[in-house]
Amino acid sequence: MDMKTSSGKKLGLKEKYRHMTRGLDWETTYQKREDVFPYVAYEGIKIHDWDKWEDPFRLTMDSYWKYQAEKERKLYAIIDAYAQNNGHLNVTDARYLNAIKLFLTGISPLEYMAHRGFTHAGRAFPGSGPRVACLMQALDELRHAQTQIHSLSNYNKYYNGFHDPAHMLQRVWYLSVPRSFFDDAVTAGPFEFMVAIGFSFEYVLTNLLFVPFVSGAAYNGDMGTMTFGFSAQSDEARHMTLGLEIIKFILEQDPDNVPIVQRWIDKWTWRGYRVLTLVGMMMDYMLPKRIMSWKEAWEVYFEQNGGALFKDLSRYGIRPPKWLDQISFDKDHISHQAWATFYQYGAIADFHTWSPTEDELDWLSSKYPDSFDKYYRPRLDYWREQAEQGNRFYNKTLPQLCQTCQIPMVFTEPGDPTKICYREVDYQGEKFHFCSDGCKEIFENEPEKFKQSWLPANQIYQGNCFPDGTDPTVEGFDPVSKVLEYYNIQAGRDNLDFDGSEDQKNFAKWRGMATSNE
Amino acid sequence: MAVAAIKEYRFESADRLENFHGNQLLFVGWEDHLMFCAPFAFLLPPDFPFQALIEDVLPGAYGYHPDFAEIDWAKVEWLRSGQPFQPQLDKSLADNGLGHKAVIRFRTPGLTGIGGTCS
Amino acid sequence: MSTVFIALQANEDTRPIIEAIVADNPHAVVNQQPAMVKIDAEDSLVVRRETIEELLGREFDLQELQINLISLSGHLDETDDEMKLYWNA
Ligand SMILES: [Fe+2]
Ligand SMILES: [Fe+2]
Repeated sequence: MDMKTSSGKKLGLKEKYRHMTRGLDWETTYQKREDVFPYVAYEGIKIHDWDKWEDPFRLTMDSYWKYQAEKERKLYAIIDAYAQNNGHLNVTDARYLNAIKLFLTGISPLEYMAHRGFTHAGRAFPGSGPRVACLMQALDELRHAQTQIHSLSNYNKYYNGFHDPAHMLQRVWYLSVPRSFFDDAVTAGPFEFMVAIGFSFEYVLTNLLFVPFVSGAAYNGDMGTMTFGFSAQSDEARHMTLGLEIIKFILEQDPDNVPIVQRWIDKWTWRGYRVLTLVGMMMDYMLPKRIMSWKEAWEVYFEQNGGALFKDLSRYGIRPPKWLDQISFDKDHISHQAWATFYQYGAIADFHTWSPTEDELDWLSSKYPDSFDKYYRPRLDYWREQAEQGNRFYNKTLPQLCQTCQIPMVFTEPGDPTKICYREVDYQGEKFHFCSDGCKEIFENEPEKFKQSWLPANQIYQGNCFPDGTDPTVEGFDPVSKVLEYYNIQAGRDNLDFDGSEDQKNFAKWRGMATSNE
Repeated sequence: MAVAAIKEYRFESADRLENFHGNQLLFVGWEDHLMFCAPFAFLLPPDFPFQALIEDVLPGAYGYHPDFAEIDWAKVEWLRSGQPFQPQLDKSLADNGLGHKAVIRFRTPGLTGIGGTCS
Repeated sequence: MSTVFIALQANEDTRPIIEAIVADNPHAVVNQQPAMVKIDAEDSLVVRRETIEELLGREFDLQELQINLISLSGHLDETDDEMKLYWNA
């Protein structure tokens, strides 16, 4: 819809934006304003002029619908073609699908949570400019959840582990990591949510999620994922811009906002960084055809790009996020530490793991000259030898978890990759444990919130992760099988090593049928 | 600042002792053996003897490692919450000062993992 | 000096857009990556409607970029005539 003025002239972008995002609200008369907007003040953020908010894209709802509709048409044309053409048989190797299972269970449900979060934030803000922006982003996020589930449902027809992502998000041990990250954000106030998701996640970290998944999908012959990835990412560029805008807006409104925002940037960069450990592992171990190493992606998208960003924000008195020294040291380590974790806990995961091939190990050696041969390759070699002798390592004992990020305590001391990092705090007569100084400090700032963490290992020990009606006192009780049942992971099919899996056999059989006349 | 909230915010800790039905959590890490990716969590009663931890519990958790059979338990060095600690083997966890969610680590001198890489 | 960038899908829609960006930003560096193009530039980068229209031979609304955009960095300012990315420091 083009808007015409009375003279018949088309409105310029700036005027149109003003008309469609201002003066849409009203002053309260029979209710107190604080009762209508109850969440806007308690975080301590002071806003004096909501009209100072401006979307730099100046996108209005009419254009929004027009372009989003076009994106959807493109997306579904490709998804249909991909399915009709048995595109799933064109992926490099069925091991690749395990990265996509992790995406479907760990990321797609978060898109839906983002939808809820932006709906809530939009409702909470009294300014109509940010409300319109939140509305668009809420719709985008809903679209992302739907298109991802829709695209990946094609794989669910053929492969294991794609069958129940929403259920698993609430229950499976490693999915508590992304889940608790988002739960923390949506249960914060609207300003913290915007800094957490709009800024720290979308602006600072989202490229790291996107580059491996979408470029990785393209590299590995997965047109379905590439397509929904690109479609979502076209919204992401707008989200990033809004994320930066919201930060500038809050900082410019009042100097008292600066220390509050700084603490949120510290918290959410660290929280987001911890979640991205999963992505690091995917890039370095789960893409049969590699795009770039986690370390390289981190250097381009966080160090260079984030460096420019924080240099720019320094004029508001904002400094770069805390714990960057450790983050920088750990880029040589975390993807290897994460893969070792999933490899050994492969009996209770919804995807397969495996021993990397010789040339994959060589690739890792070349990408990580300072760490891989020294600390990680001997371990992987040992495991592979053992697996070849029929003694594949499955760790069956539950790990200790970090109270804040909920990741098993696998991370090492800053500067020493041979020592697990232990941190603890006594609070109200109880001990709480952390994987790092970052997670410890986040707890200390909000102990009342984080003492409620639903830590999967501890919940299993409390007896809360068995199907209804389970009696753990019966003779021969097998807790692992009951936990898998509670997770809705099919033992022997969805879990264990890729080698010998049903996915491996089916893919080989179907690909053979597609390329010969047998 | 404990919490920013619009009204009274009071909840209980999810892992308080009473939720474990008479047992307590004990966390155990083996230094220089990162083949086990993280310290373990065990569910044990407070009167559980420390000796039984070594004899009955740890082998199931750590036995896969070729170093485990080589351990000379008389030489093992223990840490409790990061501080040197001398457990009384015939005493219980509680009598060794190990309450709910205590964390202990053990170092096995001379044993440093696969190929000496602390794996 | 700080770098801004814009990343676009590599397809028929974006070919003339990328050409226009290169023409208007002699300091820009084009990186071809799998299925996408990332254009880096020191300090600032501008996308001009007129240049794109000349290459396309039709009217072009800069908001059409939304469809093929992948990612960007820097502050942004969009008007009817141009879209600008820049850093202040
Ligand atoms: Fe999204
Ligand atoms: Fe943590």
